[in-house]
Amino acid sequence: MSANTSRLKRFGALLGQSLLFLVTSLSTLTVFFIFYFIARDAVPFFKLEGFREFFTSSSWYPTGHPAEFGARAIFFGTGIVTLGAVVVAVPLGVSAAVCLSDVLPFNVRQVVKPVIEILAAIPSVAYGFFALVVFAPLLQNKGGAVLAIGAWLILAPVLALLVVVVSDLTADRFSDLMRHKVRWILILLLGGAALAGMIALGRHLNSIEIISGANALNVAVILGIMALPTVVSVSEDALQATGRELREGSYALGATRAETILKTVIPASISGILAAVILGIMRAIGETMVVWMASGNAARIPEPWYNMLEPVRTLTATIAGDMGEADHVTGSARFHVLFAMALCLLAFSFIMNLVSEGIVRHSRKKLGK
Amino acid sequence: MKKAVMSAALMTAVAFTGVAEDKIVIDGSTTVGPIAKAFAEYFMAAHPGVNITVSESGSGNGAKSLINGVCDIADMSRPMKNSEFKAAIDNGIQPVAHAVALDGLPILVHPKNPVQELTIEQIRSIYTGVITNWKEVGGPDMEIVVITRDTNSGTYETFEGLVMNKQKITEKAEYVGSNGAVRQRVQSTPAAIGYAGLGFVDKTVKALRVNGIYPSAATVRTGEYPIARPLFMYTNGYPELGSAVYQFVTLYLSEDGQEIIDEIGFIPVTSY
Repeated sequence: MSANTSRLKRFGALLGQSLLFLVTSLSTLTVFFIFYFIARDAVPFFKLEGFREFFTSSSWYPTGHPAEFGARAIFFGTGIVTLGAVVVAVPLGVSAAVCLSDVLPFNVRQVVKPVIEILAAIPSVAYGFFALVVFAPLLQNKGGAVLAIGAWLILAPVLALLVVVVSDLTADRFSDLMRHKVRWILILLLGGAALAGMIALGRHLNSIEIISGANALNVAVILGIMALPTVVSVSEDALQATGRELREGSYALGATRAETILKTVIPASISGILAAVILGIMRAIGETMVVWMASGNAARIPEPWYNMLEPVRTLTATIAGDMGEADHVTGSARFHVLFAMALCLLAFSFIMNLVSEGIVRHSRKKLGK
Repeated sequence: MKKAVMSAALMTAVAFTGVAEDKIVIDGSTTVGPIAKAFAEYFMAAHPGVNITVSESGSGNGAKSLINGVCDIADMSRPMKNSEFKAAIDNGIQPVAHAVALDGLPILVHPKNPVQELTIEQIRSIYTGVITNWKEVGGPDMEIVVITRDTNSGTYETFEGLVMNKQKITEKAEYVGSNGAVRQRVQSTPAAIGYAGLGFVDKTVKALRVNGIYPSAATVRTGEYPIARPLFMYTNGYPELGSAVYQFVTLYLSEDGQEIIDEIGFIPVTSY
């Protein structure tokens, strides 16, 4: 009897275990299935058309006779839009995270962080609507002013910091008597030069006229805002995770708050911040609705290539926009090329994921955790 | 007891099929969508037992849905292609066209643009990227912002067929996903040119004369306006006479149907 019960118990445990194992492996299997099914529909394209045109040509005419499938400009579009989003989201996001975790009082943080996280809850089509109906006309009508204000917002704090740091470093080389005077003279001189430069730049930007508001800049800014909550939230968690002891240790050694943040807290949580940045990149690269609505969708590398004021087309928007008509029925290369694009996107995000894993593991080893 | 259960089950089944029979699923073109929606509203008010759902996913998707048997009526702003017919026949579906209305594709510019008229050749040159500045066609010195519908739409295919003459649209052209978005982009961009259905012309955008003809119901019906097309609803076979689908797809022949089509800005094929 007792042997029977224990056998029953063991059987029950085994059943529970295998059930849980099945559920866990299901999500892993899903990933493999996604890879498999996308690859299965992508391979016929490369068999039909080869690799060369897809990666090296910029002529995207999937409905032409004969059809052309040059996706170089589309890859470029995805790249530049994502890069622009990173330029917007990372400095803003990381400084906001530092501010939330180490500068603002605790009860203010309790209010501000959820508010930032609300940004993530807004549906992307609402962002797209805003980009198309509000931001694009604004760029067209007041484009120069918007650019000038944007440049001031980003460059002014950076330059101010640079001026102070450079002046400090140079002043340190002088004797104690001179140091104070030299520092102030340098700050005034460099600050004046920076201010003059900013005003000249602002004037130049102000004179630019944007012909079409549906362009790479528009989408990059909106995607940056969309990636912001991810960057803020994850890097704030990383900063918090460094713990109280580290900060107290730093203060005990006589460091100021700025020194503690810059030299102790940020280096200790750099892996988490990098992970946040990578997650932000993934958010921006995979976004579809906003780019489809507001990037202009012209499959062409802008001239010159860094001109963000021209329309671009991204991989995601192409997949979303062309899928409806591109059935097996209407020419199979046109259908399979979209899967080839999806496979490239998937491979890229997979690599990014591996890189972020690697970074986290590497820095854990370094910290001796 | 057993009998009662059986008959109850039977009654439920009958009721269920009854509901299923009076359900019409419509999918397809965003251009024909407004007609289908207005018809559906009118039809459901007149026949309370009938439930109609209308989705707008583009002509190509509409054809696909009909071929796969997931919709009863496919709205299409272009005729079905040979390849689609073939796929339909292979699936045991026999597509039958009902030309419910006519539509013109007006060429739209910003109301402040002084240009009033273009020829088909000029429009083609603008869309191929040969003409890039409004001053080349008698307008101000502004670079033209070329706006086109996505390649997924029937509107695009009609434009390509009627205007482009097998030439490629410039790679500088901006692609937008709906007729409403075309109007939105044109009304907010002084240098823009675009095209959309006749129903989308309002005070916020200006329609140009093409080859000297202003797009209107009269000029489309007489065939004078060069960029015009019929709009279709496709069914699987000719619908059984008297059925809900039959009544729905022949609504355009009635006086009320004509009024509805007129009201939402398309051109009825009948003239009572």
